[in-house]
Amino acid sequence: MGKILEINGPLVKLELPQTVLGEQVRVGHMGLVGEVIGRDGDTALAQLYEDTAGLRPGEIAEGLGWPLSVELGPGLLGAIFDGVQRPLQAVWEQSGDRIARGVAVPSLPRDKAWHFVPDSALHAGSVLAGGTVLGTVQETESILHRILTPPLIQGELLELAPEGDYTIEEVIGRVKLADGRIEKLHLFHRWPVRTPRPFRQRDHAVAPLITGQRILDTFYPLLKGGKAAIPGPFGAGKTMLQQQIARWCNAEIVIYVGCGERGNELTDVLEFMPELKDPHTGRPLMERTLLVANTSNMPVVAREASIYVGITLAEYFRDQGYDVVMVADSTSRWAEALREVAGRLGQMPVEEGYPAYLGSRLAAFYERAGRVETFAGDHGSVTLIGAVSPPGGDFSEPVTSHTKEIIQTFWALSKELADARHYPAVDWLESFSGYVKSAAKWWSQEVDPNWESARAEALDLLAASEELQRIVNLVGVEALSSEQRWTLEAAGLIKEGLLLQAATDEVDSFASPEKQFALLAALLEIYRQGMKLVKLGAPARRLIQIPILAQARRWKSQHTSEDIAALKAKIAMIPDAFEPLLQEYASTAAPSTLREAAP
Amino acid sequence: MKNIEFRTATSAQGGLVVMGGVPGVAAGSRVQLRDHAGRIRSGLVIRSADDAVLVEVFEGTDELDLERTWVRFLDEPFKLPVSRDILGRVFNGAGLPRDGRPPVISADRRDVNGEPLNPAARAYPREFIQTGISAIDGMNSLTRGQKLPIFSGGGLPHNRVAAQIVRQAKLLGEEAAEFVVVFAAFGASHADARFFQESFEESGVLNKVVMFLNLADEPVIERLLTPRAALTAAEYLAFDLDYHVLVVMTDMTAYAEALREVAVLRGDVPARKGYPGYLYSDLAELYERAGRIKNRRGSITMIPVLSMPSDDITHPIPDLTGYITEGQIVLGRELANQGVYPPVTVLPSLSRLMKDGVGKNFTREDHPHVASQLFASYAKALEVRGLAAIIGAEELSDADRRTLAFADAFERRFIGQGEDEDRSIHETLNLAWELLSMLPPESLIRVSEEELAKYHKGAA
Ligand SMILES: Nc1ncnc2c1ncn2[C@@H]1O[C@H](COP(=O)(O)OP(=O)(O)O)[C@@H](O)[C@H]1O
Ligand SMILES: [Mg+2]
Repeated sequence: MGKILEINGPLVKLELPQTVLGEQVRVGHMGLVGEVIGRDGDTALAQLYEDTAGLRPGEIAEGLGWPLSVELGPGLLGAIFDGVQRPLQAVWEQSGDRIARGVAVPSLPRDKAWHFVPDSALHAGSVLAGGTVLGTVQETESILHRILTPPLIQGELLELAPEGDYTIEEVIGRVKLADGRIEKLHLFHRWPVRTPRPFRQRDHAVAPLITGQRILDTFYPLLKGGKAAIPGPFGAGKTMLQQQIARWCNAEIVIYVGCGERGNELTDVLEFMPELKDPHTGRPLMERTLLVANTSNMPVVAREASIYVGITLAEYFRDQGYDVVMVADSTSRWAEALREVAGRLGQMPVEEGYPAYLGSRLAAFYERAGRVETFAGDHGSVTLIGAVSPPGGDFSEPVTSHTKEIIQTFWALSKELADARHYPAVDWLESFSGYVKSAAKWWSQEVDPNWESARAEALDLLAASEELQRIVNLVGVEALSSEQRWTLEAAGLIKEGLLLQAATDEVDSFASPEKQFALLAALLEIYRQGMKLVKLGAPARRLIQIPILAQARRWKSQHTSEDIAALKAKIAMIPDAFEPLLQEYASTAAPSTLREAAP
Repeated sequence: MKNIEFRTATSAQGGLVVMGGVPGVAAGSRVQLRDHAGRIRSGLVIRSADDAVLVEVFEGTDELDLERTWVRFLDEPFKLPVSRDILGRVFNGAGLPRDGRPPVISADRRDVNGEPLNPAARAYPREFIQTGISAIDGMNSLTRGQKLPIFSGGGLPHNRVAAQIVRQAKLLGEEAAEFVVVFAAFGASHADARFFQESFEESGVLNKVVMFLNLADEPVIERLLTPRAALTAAEYLAFDLDYHVLVVMTDMTAYAEALREVAVLRGDVPARKGYPGYLYSDLAELYERAGRIKNRRGSITMIPVLSMPSDDITHPIPDLTGYITEGQIVLGRELANQGVYPPVTVLPSLSRLMKDGVGKNFTREDHPHVASQLFASYAKALEVRGLAAIIGAEELSDADRRTLAFADAFERRFIGQGEDEDRSIHETLNLAWELLSMLPPESLIRVSEEELAKYHKGAA
């Protein structure tokens, strides 16, 4: 037992011999919890996860003997936790609308019994290692929770409980460790959040994460197991884009971490997730989702921890062989929490007040993403998608620039696009993806062999139109040749008919890969048909009046992902739309040009 | 402890006093200092150890004589006494009466810092509030429980806009407003405070208003308390007494500057432009007190007013605010100079909760599409206007000229309206269609074909 020596904001100096760095401490009459971040002789410096107002020097303090850890087992899915894994629903029931300090509610329900089915291959005498699947619990209709042997445990299984209902505290097995000690097994175990969970080996990411958002999947793909960042000024659509991904992506588990952002945004997720169906399984989305919430008005130290709580939960499901997506909104708030604590510790600020280790912490965090081979021999992945909130929308600030060097996919949001309500406001020139080659393999096998070239053609068109737009802004559109004007028009068609994809559009909120490609192919076909005519001498002025240009902009909202046949039928009709003009200009063109232009 | 006076100040500098030899003082506790002249100053414990307690003094440490300074630790945080009787009253920034009437007596005294609302307890705001202002209702609508600031600049009519919202705000189907108002001014001029007072008086709501005033010539540090006291009153009215509360706070820039001043005194590491790194969290502690709670009838809708230093929206104060609030209504000098009232610059304005509170079942089914179309068409029109400025309007195509005419009409007739003009949402939407009808229907792809057929005046 020790005592408080000094209170300074969230930092508390303790007289507490024999604690170690990272150890959890419980402090004062309210029982506030925190962790040790500094040691000096018999004194320890701790940061507390809750507001310290009312604490006095002299109050008791004790070390708890373990680092900040999470409980991993059935009961996680569908729940909402705070930044140190307190279950907010249960906390609400217990302590009311406001989060009272010092409330202690176990992360996982203790009284609920789960139906456990032991793995039939296991028997007394089996060799167990960390990660061995002991059995399963059908946690939600869509998710089978695999009960894992805790990492680092290795030994001989003495007994395993038969099929039946167990609470998480009941013993379901015993294992004899190499040193002879006997370890009890439960449906859950604990793991320290700042230590990455081990796996057998890293694996190549192979399949794209399908989000149903065209600008992401078709243009700047992300792989399952990849790392992505969404930087953008306020109001550009970071949160909406992450919510769209959480809703529609083809991961099996989604971890949504609200880190230092708005309370209402989590309420929003809590309200819509149970109502919506997973497009891939047809089950309510909440069954595969888990929320970690440290909103902007909650204590800042727990905000720093929330990111690690989230990623550890993600790794745990990865170790069960699942593809997990974690979205973190926003990593900037986490970095700011780091800065705040560093400032109080008197650590030397380097850029904009951030400590020198900002970059390495960010890198170590993103390093926990990846596709792995688990100890059980399965494949699982953690895909990490972090929002970045640069002050003033300036991408050269420290968090954005460090993040940019770490991630592979960069979805840059633009204020100009958002101002014109072009959503998602992903800037098609600023963004990049290092996964295009791998994604191309999947698209060409699963959707269409021409994916890569079609994508490149559309991007070229967009880049070309940007150049042309600059000219137009200086001298007006009349200065362009017909070919240039048509390029500009076709790029506009791609932007409005393909890239524009409102989350609020019921038909188009999610687009399957097939729909994405059909639409892309259709719009490119219009472009080519028009270009053919321009080459025959048709003026762009006349081309842009063809009604199909306005019609095609509506196709995305007229055809659901199930309705691809109708969309493809429209593609077949595209040449007809150009036929009258073709008749007119083909007759005036030289025969050789005509032959070349005809399909 | 709270009855003992200590005379152990060991140093005083820049608003901070160090007290020696007072063991066991609670962090965050209120402090009373009595100086040699018998004047009482108040303060807060910001750091506490047995051998040294650091106290922040709200009225500053000027002329403090350490030998003759007596300090009492009140052993509790700043609290505001609350009761039904606060309605109709005027308080200073620390919650003491400034209307010449006796203090509010109540056993119910609340910590002005509040406690964070559990996200699981929140109810999502979905009820559309009609403000009668087209630029807001039509394109950046407000919902009950939202926090929607007005970003403004010196000399712009933010006070008039805020007052008009307070006068006109009501739910659809409601005859008259059912709000009570909590008004907090910090660092505001006497003229600003008087303007609001008179405006409340004129609309006859004065007995439904609580005011917290810390004016420009009053202690800076008290400014840090003012919004907290006001929000404590608002929470009481909303969640204990079931009122729908509209909170108007002005000016958030004065608040943030006060925070910076104190941070510098404390020696906190600055992040941007000298503001401390925790400005974000501190502002969030205020703004996040708006909202709705499950199973509670009342609500807190918040309209903070903020003047952007040098009209710069990327300045840390508007920037961090925009990162926390659920949108922003931006006032612009250009429109104001052209005589447009309210000069709402719509493109950078945003209501994040609009998507969930308008449309079918809320306002009218075409509302979301019309709003999106207005944004798209107006953004396009501004590009054309920029081009016209370079190549000359004569060089423009017919289509471009129509677009320009649309932009002008949109600014004059849609954004512009009278200070007493209270437009219904239907009037706003019909006006929008009238203006959109100036553009060819095939250029309007954000609205559906059915909507075009129904509302576009030129559609076949
Ligand atoms: N993909 C989208 N579809 C439709 N509306 C969007 C989309 N993205 C953003 N918005 C609109 O923009 C607003 C701000 O988006 P949000 O994601 O909250 O921004 P940020 O998190 O970058 O501040 C939303 O409330 C919504 O109205
Ligand atoms: Mg956001």
